[in-house]
Amino acid sequence: MREAPPTRMRSPLGRAIGLGSAKEGVEHWVIQRVTAVALVPLALWFVAAVIQLTGADFDAMQDWVGQPLPAIGLILLLIATFYHAALGLQVVIEDYVHGELARLGLVMLARLACTALAVAGIVAVLTLALGAAD
Amino acid sequence: MKSAERPLSPHLQIYRWQLTSVMSILHRAAGLALCAGSILLVVWLVAAAMGPEAYRGVQNFLGSGIGVALLLGWTVALFYHLCNGIRHLTWDTGHALDLRSTYSGGWLVIAATVVLTAAAWAAGIWHWVS
Repeated sequence: MREAPPTRMRSPLGRAIGLGSAKEGVEHWVIQRVTAVALVPLALWFVAAVIQLTGADFDAMQDWVGQPLPAIGLILLLIATFYHAALGLQVVIEDYVHGELARLGLVMLARLACTALAVAGIVAVLTLALGAAD
Repeated sequence: MKSAERPLSPHLQIYRWQLTSVMSILHRAAGLALCAGSILLVVWLVAAAMGPEAYRGVQNFLGSGIGVALLLGWTVALFYHLCNGIRHLTWDTGHALDLRSTYSGGWLVIAATVVLTAAAWAAGIWHWVS
């Protein structure tokens, strides 16, 4: 840190007030762990399901997603995955991107992309599960 | 920031590679790879929702050389990030933080990644041919 120029009249505490912790760091850390714990069974279940679907045609895939439990599992997987991804990408961006505008922009872009991908995946699962696809 | 006159601490390339630091970097790299892989998951689901033709297109891509290589890389990244993530969660509880445990846990994660990846692909190939 650079020392304050001597002409500055405000105390170091005065300058720091309002610039410190937004009191949200713990929430980021906790949700990263909550989604991580959720993803352990969800990811293992998904890999097992994909193995079962190896070489499956469209009808078999549609039948599988049409069952309640796979549809629920896929939606939970999408939510946990993209929430976890958004938090993880934010940490990486904040570590390596030093320009303030670029950093804020990239974190925002990561969040928007993760939200859009999660919504797209959930809508696709619901479309298949509710039988709207041909 | 003015820092040129101060002695600098040695940078990354000075240090000998260690299991712990390499695994830490790989955890992050695997996480980024999984972000790309999760795009593939959404493409697969959206294609299926669009109908048989779009789904067949994605399945053909996944069955191609590039597709299989991507899926293999995705499997390795997933199992590595999963196993090493459990290692991190263990650390979060305050356990296994001593030097010996970080190394034995690290080798355990690598072994589990290899075994789980091999098991998943063996099961997938067995399911494919039968």
